[in-house]
Amino acid sequence: MPDQKQMYDKGKVVAGLVIFVVLITFPFWYNHLKAAPAPQLELTKKAQAAKNCVRSKDYMKAEHMQLLDVWRESVVRNGERVYVNEEGKEFNMSLTNTCLDCHSNKAEFCDRCHNYASVNPYCWDCHIDNPKEKK
Amino acid sequence: MNGKYMFSLLAIFVLFLLPYVGVTAFGLKTLFGIFIPLIALTIFIIGFVRRIKGWSESPVPFRIPTTCGQQKSLTWIESSPIDNPTTKAGVVVRMILEVMLFRSLFRNLKFKRESNGILSYSWELWLWLGALAFHWAFLVTIVRHLRFFAEPIPYFVRALEFFDSFFRVEFFTDAFQVGLPGIYMSGIVLLAAAIYLLARRILLAQVRYVSLAADYFPLFLIIGIAVSGIMMRYASKVDIVGIKAFTMGLVTLNPTIPEGVGATFYVHLFFVSVLLIYFPFSKLMHMGGIFMSPTRNLTTDTRAKHYSNPWNYPVKTHTYEEYEDDYREKMIDAGLPVDKELAEVKE
Repeated sequence: MPDQKQMYDKGKVVAGLVIFVVLITFPFWYNHLKAAPAPQLELTKKAQAAKNCVRSKDYMKAEHMQLLDVWRESVVRNGERVYVNEEGKEFNMSLTNTCLDCHSNKAEFCDRCHNYASVNPYCWDCHIDNPKEKK
Repeated sequence: MNGKYMFSLLAIFVLFLLPYVGVTAFGLKTLFGIFIPLIALTIFIIGFVRRIKGWSESPVPFRIPTTCGQQKSLTWIESSPIDNPTTKAGVVVRMILEVMLFRSLFRNLKFKRESNGILSYSWELWLWLGALAFHWAFLVTIVRHLRFFAEPIPYFVRALEFFDSFFRVEFFTDAFQVGLPGIYMSGIVLLAAAIYLLARRILLAQVRYVSLAADYFPLFLIIGIAVSGIMMRYASKVDIVGIKAFTMGLVTLNPTIPEGVGATFYVHLFFVSVLLIYFPFSKLMHMGGIFMSPTRNLTTDTRAKHYSNPWNYPVKTHTYEEYEDDYREKMIDAGLPVDKELAEVKE
C-alpha cells in the first residue's frame, strides 16, 4: 500500500469539485455580493388619499392574487359584482375599475414586484390596454 | 409498526418543532433565518469536498467496470461502445446517460417464484420511473428557486418556470383553490414521487427488510420540505417580495430578517438547512459518488492495454541461476548436473 494518502486522478477530481462549488455558489457570485434593493412601490395620490385598500396591507401583499381570482369567479361565472370587506364596506369587483382606479401606475405598482419575484400573471392579457393607466 | 421509519418520522417531527416553536414562541428568527442556513451551506460545501477528496484517495488499481454488452475484440464481432466502453468517449457517454437517465436502475429486475415453483425474472420499471421523476423534479425545483437568489433573474430560470408552470388548469371551489398562483409541476411531482418512494419502502416487504432509518429520514425530510413549500405557495400565502429581499440578503452576506413572514417559511428553511448539513454524511452523497463509481467510469480496454498494480513493490528473488552460481563447484564435486560448466563461467 502507498505510505501516504494521495488523490488519484487528481486533475479530474479537482476539476469536478471546482465545477460543483462554482454551481453551488451561483447566487453568491451572480449577484456580486450586492443585493439589488427590494422594489419600492409608488402609491398614486388617489391611493394615498384612500389610505386603506380593499383589505389590509399584509393580506393584499400575500393574497391579492387569490382575491382577484375569487372576484373573477364571482363576476364572470356568478354575475355578482359587489364585494363586502371585513369592515362592511362595499366594493365593485373590478380589476380595471376598482384596483387600477387607485393603482393606476401599473409599472410602478404592479410590475415592480412581479418582475422582482418573476411572476407573469395573465391579468394583463386582457387588462393591459387599460385606458386609465398613465405612463 | 417499524422502529426504523417511526424513528425517522419522530426525528422529522422534532426538527419541525424546533424552528416552529423557536420562531413563534422565542422569536429566534436570526438563529433560524440567518445563522443556521449559512452554517448549513458551509458544512454542505466543505463536507461534500472532503468526502469526495476522501474517496479519491482510494486507489483503483484494476479495471472493474460492469460490462453490459460485448467487449471490443475482433473486428467481425459487433461490440457495444457505450455499454462496454473501450474508449474514453464511450465512458463519457455512458456516464452522461447514467447520471441523467439512471440506466443501471432501468435494468432493475424483480425475482419471483411462480406458483409452479419456477423462479422467474421480470422487468421492474416503477422504481426507475419514480427515481427519475423524483430527481428531475428536485433539480427543476432547485433551479427555479434561483428566482429568490438572483436579481435580475437569469433567463434560464424564467424559461424553466415558464415550462414548469401552468395557469389555466384550475380546480376551483370556495374551500379549495388551485391554479393561482400558477401551479409548478415540479413541486407536485417531487412530492408525489417522494411519497411513492417512501410507500415502496414501507409497503413492500423485501424493500422494507433492507431499509434503514437512514433511508427513511431523507425521504421524510424531503417530503417535509416539499409540503412546507407547497403550503406557502398555495395555502398560507407569504409575502414573496419580503422573502426575496431576505434571501437576497443571505446570498450577499448582508441579511436582514423579513417582517411578517410566518413560521412555515422558517420550517421550510430549517428543513433545507438540515438537508444540507445531513447531505455530506449520508447516502445522499451518491450525488457526487456516482461520478466516482469505478464500475461505470472506467474503460474496458483490458485486453488491449496492460494495467499493472501501481503499488507493486520489488520482490526479492533468488533464481536457480544465482543458486547454481553460489554452489556450482560443490554441485560438480557431488556429481550433480549443472547448466553451466565451470569452464564456461570462468571465461
